[in-house]
Amino acid sequence: MKLFDFWGGVHPAGQKHLSAEQAIQVLPMPSRLHVPLQQHTGRPAVPAVKVGQTVRKGQLLGREQGGVSASVHAPTSGMIVAIGDFTAPHVSGLPLPTITLESDGEDHWLEREPPSDPFALEPEDVAARIGEAGIVGMGGANFPAAVKLSKARQAKVHTLAVNGAECEPYMTCDDRLMRERAEHIVDGIRLMLHALQAPNAVIAIEDNKPEAVASMKAACQPERHIRVVVVPSRYPAGSAKQLIQILTGLETPAGGRGTDTGVLVHNVGTAYAVHRALRQAHPLISRIITVTGGAVARPQNLEAPIGALVEDLLAFCGGAMEATSRLLMGGPMMGQPLPGTRVPIVKGTNGILALTAAEARLEATPSPCIRCGRCVEACPMGLMPLEMSKRARHDDLDGAEAFGLIDCISCGSCAYVCPSHIPLVQYFEYARGALEARQRAEQKVKETRRLLEQHQARLARVERAKAEAAARRQAEKRQAKAKVGAAA
Amino acid sequence: MSLFPTSAPHAHAPDSVPRLMGLVLLAVAPATLYGIVLFGWPALNLFLVTILACLLCEAVCLRLAGHAVRPFLLDGSALLTGVLLALSLPPWAPWWIGAVGGFFAIVIGKQVFGGIGQNIFNPAMLARVALLVSFPVEMTLWLEPRPLFSSHAPGFLESLTITFGGIPDIDAVSGATILGHIRTELGMARELGQILPGHYQAGTAALGWTGGSLGETADLLVLLGGLWLLWRRVMTWHVPVALLATVLVLAGGFNWLNPERFASPAVHLLSGGLMLGAFFIATDPVTSPTTKLGQLIFGAGCGALVYIIRTWGGYPEGVAFAVVLMNAATPLIDHYVRPRIYGRTWRGQSRPVPERAKRPPVGSGEAE
Amino acid sequence: MIAAVLSLTLLGLALGWVLGLAARYLRVENNPLHEEIQQLLPGVNCGQCGYPGCGGAAEALAASKAPVTLCPPGGPTLVRALAAKLGVAVDRASNSGPPLLAQVNEATCIGCAHCGGRCPTDAIIGAPKQIHGVIQDACIGCGLCVEVCPTECLQLRPVTPVLKNWHWPKPTLSFGV
Repeated sequence: MKLFDFWGGVHPAGQKHLSAEQAIQVLPMPSRLHVPLQQHTGRPAVPAVKVGQTVRKGQLLGREQGGVSASVHAPTSGMIVAIGDFTAPHVSGLPLPTITLESDGEDHWLEREPPSDPFALEPEDVAARIGEAGIVGMGGANFPAAVKLSKARQAKVHTLAVNGAECEPYMTCDDRLMRERAEHIVDGIRLMLHALQAPNAVIAIEDNKPEAVASMKAACQPERHIRVVVVPSRYPAGSAKQLIQILTGLETPAGGRGTDTGVLVHNVGTAYAVHRALRQAHPLISRIITVTGGAVARPQNLEAPIGALVEDLLAFCGGAMEATSRLLMGGPMMGQPLPGTRVPIVKGTNGILALTAAEARLEATPSPCIRCGRCVEACPMGLMPLEMSKRARHDDLDGAEAFGLIDCISCGSCAYVCPSHIPLVQYFEYARGALEARQRAEQKVKETRRLLEQHQARLARVERAKAEAAARRQAEKRQAKAKVGAAA
Repeated sequence: MSLFPTSAPHAHAPDSVPRLMGLVLLAVAPATLYGIVLFGWPALNLFLVTILACLLCEAVCLRLAGHAVRPFLLDGSALLTGVLLALSLPPWAPWWIGAVGGFFAIVIGKQVFGGIGQNIFNPAMLARVALLVSFPVEMTLWLEPRPLFSSHAPGFLESLTITFGGIPDIDAVSGATILGHIRTELGMARELGQILPGHYQAGTAALGWTGGSLGETADLLVLLGGLWLLWRRVMTWHVPVALLATVLVLAGGFNWLNPERFASPAVHLLSGGLMLGAFFIATDPVTSPTTKLGQLIFGAGCGALVYIIRTWGGYPEGVAFAVVLMNAATPLIDHYVRPRIYGRTWRGQSRPVPERAKRPPVGSGEAE
Repeated sequence: MIAAVLSLTLLGLALGWVLGLAARYLRVENNPLHEEIQQLLPGVNCGQCGYPGCGGAAEALAASKAPVTLCPPGGPTLVRALAAKLGVAVDRASNSGPPLLAQVNEATCIGCAHCGGRCPTDAIIGAPKQIHGVIQDACIGCGLCVEVCPTECLQLRPVTPVLKNWHWPKPTLSFGV
C-alpha cells in the first residue's frame, strides 16, 4: 500500500525499552475509587446514583446528557460514599465533580446479556450500545465514540484507520495490547466497521514495534478488508491529522473533520473496548496504562480500573523515588503535569510518567530566539512557531491568530528542537486561553447590554401599567361623579 | 525566573545555542589556523585583539543593559562574531582596526538592536563594511603570504611592532588580491588572457597561497568545514548552495559570452572570501530568513549581488556588501514567504478535499 | 538665486492656500468624541468610576482626564475598545485581577429586597422576606446592590476559577538579572 509523508516531525529518544517487554499486569482493586463525571469532550455526565447506594460492577454511575456526552460506570461493586468535588488530574489542581466509591471487595458484576450476534443488529444499535458503554476515544481527545461513529457513518467514510502508532516516547500500552490481545482488537474493528457500514480498515503501527506488527498481522490474516500498515516511526505520526496524511496524502480541511477525507481514526484501545462492550456487555471501566520513567522503581504496563488514584498505580510499581522532578499524565511530548499523586486516572490516561531531572532536562534556561527556523522545519502543521510565540509574548493575540494559532495541535515538536529552549507550546496555550477569555468577555458585554435593555423595558412596562391604571381610576372617578351629578 | 509547572513538552533535543556556536567555531578553526600560519605572528596578534575587543564590548554592553552577563558572554556568539570579523580583515592590519571593528560589530551591529537574536545585519559584515568605508587604505593593504617560521616572516617581537606600530616598509610587502588585480588591469583595458597568468593559478588559489584576508584564502578548508556543518545538521544546504550556484551560473554565463572580460567561475569561487561567506557568514540564522524557500531566495540574492558588485561595482570584492544588503531584505522575505498551513490554501482559507481524491486507500481485495 | 527663493515661496503659499480650502470645504463631520465613547460604555450609571453616570465618564474620557481602565463592569473588552478609540497605549497584559461578582451571604440576608430594585440587569432573585440570590451569569459587578444592603450580606467577590476557564499563564521569562 502506498504511503505518503507528513510534514516536519522530530525523533525523540523512544525510551520504550523500560516497559515494552513487561506483560500487562492487572492492578489489584484499590479500596476507594474516584470516578470523575467528566472524562470526555462534551457535557459532563449527571449523577445517576445517590450517596449511600450500593452498586454492582459496571452499573451506571453518571448518565450522559445532551448530544455530545458520555456515561460513566462503576469500576467495581461497593457503596457510593461521596458525590462532590475531587482534585482533577489536571495541572491546575482545580476540582471536578466526582463520584467516590468504596469497594466491598466482592467485585460483583451487574448482570447484562450481550447480544448473541452483534452483526445482526442495526448499525445505529451497535453505535447506541457503544455509547451506553461509555466508550470514548482512548487515544487523545476522548470524544464520545458513539457520536463519532454515527457522524462518520452519515459522512459515508470508506476506511477505518486504527491507530496503533503510539508515537509518544515511553508509552507502550498500545504496543502490549496489540501483542497480547490482538484477536479482541480485530473483533472490535469488525464491529466498528459494521457500525460504520464502511468496507475497509487499516491498522497503522510504527516500525519500532515489530512484535505488535506480527501479532496484529496474524490476527487479521483471514480478513481481506482489514490490513496492517507499517508506518515510519517519527513523532507525531500518531496524530490523527498526520496519520490521515500518511495513509491517504490528503489533509483534513481546517475547521473540518477527519471524516471529510473519507477516513475515520480510532485508537486500538477504543477498538478493544468496543469488543468488550458488545461481546461481554462490559462498559468501559478499566484500561491499560504504562507506568514508567527513570524515577519509577519497576516500570510496567497495568490494567487499572478507572478511578484508581495515581498513587495506587505508583505504589504497585515500587513507588516513584525521591528523584521525581516531573510527574506527568501522558507521554513527555504532550503529557500534563499532575498536581500530586492523589488524582484519579481517567478513560484518556495512557500513561503515568515519573521523570528524573536528567530525563526532563530541567537545567536548561530559555534564551532569546535566534531565528534559526528549526521550529518551522519541525512543525507538522506548517506553522511558524517563532512568529506565533513572539506575538503571544507581547500579547498581540490577533497577530498570533493570524499566523495560524488555532491550527496548532500542541504536539510539542517545535519546543523539542528549539536551541534556545523557549517554552513555545506554553505560549500557544496561553494565547489560546487568553483569546477564549477575551471571547467570553465580549459575550458578557453583549449579554450585559441585552440585560440592561430588558431591565429598561421592564421598568417602562411597569410605568406604562401604572399610568394606565391611574388613568382608568381617574376615568372611573369622573364617571362616578357624573352619575352622582346626574342623579342629583 | 519561575517556569514550573511548565507545560509540555518535557523532553528536549540535545541542541542548545552554545553547542551550535561551538560547532561552528570548530568548523572554522582549521581555516583560521591555516590563515594564521600563512601570515605569521602579526596575523595572530590581530586575531587576538579582535576577539578580545568583541568579548569586552559584549560584557560592557550587557552590564549596561542590565542583563545577566555570564550566560550571554559564554554562549559563543560574540566569540564567533570576533572570529569571523578577524578572518575578513587584512592580515597585517594595525591593532586599532581590529578593536574598532570589534566595537562596531558588537555595539552597533548587535547590542544596540537589543542583543542576540534582534539584530538586522550580520555584525561582522556590518563592521567590515564600516571599516572599509572609513579606513580604505588600511583595509586594502594586502600582502603575499609570509608563513610562520619561514625566512622572510617577521619574528614575534617584530610582529608586535607591526601590529601596534604599523608596517615599517609597506611597499615592500603589499600586493593585490586576485580580484583587485583583475579590476585594476581590466580598468587599464588589458584582457584576462594577459592578466591572469603569473598571478593566478587555480591550484594555489584553492590551497590558499594567495594574497587575501586572514581566513578567506584557504577555500578548501572552509569548504570542508562548511560541509561538516551540513553533515552535523547545524545548518541546512539552502543558503550556501543557492549562493554558490548563483555565482557559478552568472560567472559561467558571462564568461562564456566574453572570456576576456569576465572572469571564470573558478576564479570567483576561489577568491574574495566567497566560500567563507557562503558557509559561515550568509548562514547566520538571526539575519537570514527562517523558511527554506526564503533561504534559497536569500542565497540567490547574495550570489547575484556578489557577482554584480565584483563585475560592475565600485569595489573589487563584494561579499560583505552583498550580505548586508540581503540582510536588509530578510524581513521582507520573511513576511511574504510563509509555509502553507496544513488543511489550508495558500491564501489561508480552509482547503476542501477534492471529491475524486476520496478514493479508498486500500485497493479492493488487495492482499497484504 | 532670487528666482529660486521666489518660486519656492510662491509654491509654499499656493499649496498652503489649497490646504486651507480643503480644510474648510472637504471637512468630514464627526460625532463629538464623548458621544462615541458613551456608546461604548455599559450605560449602567453605577458610579463606580467616580463620575456622574456614564455620560460624565464619557466626557472625562474624551478630555483625557480619566484612565481607560475606569469602568469595572466593562471589563477588559471595554478597556481595549476605549484604548483603540482614544489611541491610548494600554499595558496589554495588565489584568486587574479576575472579575468581581456579587454574592449573597445567605446567613445574614433579611429579605428586605432593597437590592433587587437597584440591580440594572435584574440579576437578583428573591421575594420580600425571602433569602435573595444573585444570578452569576447576569451580574456585572457594578456594586449598586452592595451599597444599599443594610446587613452587608452582599459582597463583591472574585469569581472562583473553574477547570473550564483555566488556561496556562504566560511563561515569565526574564533574560536580565
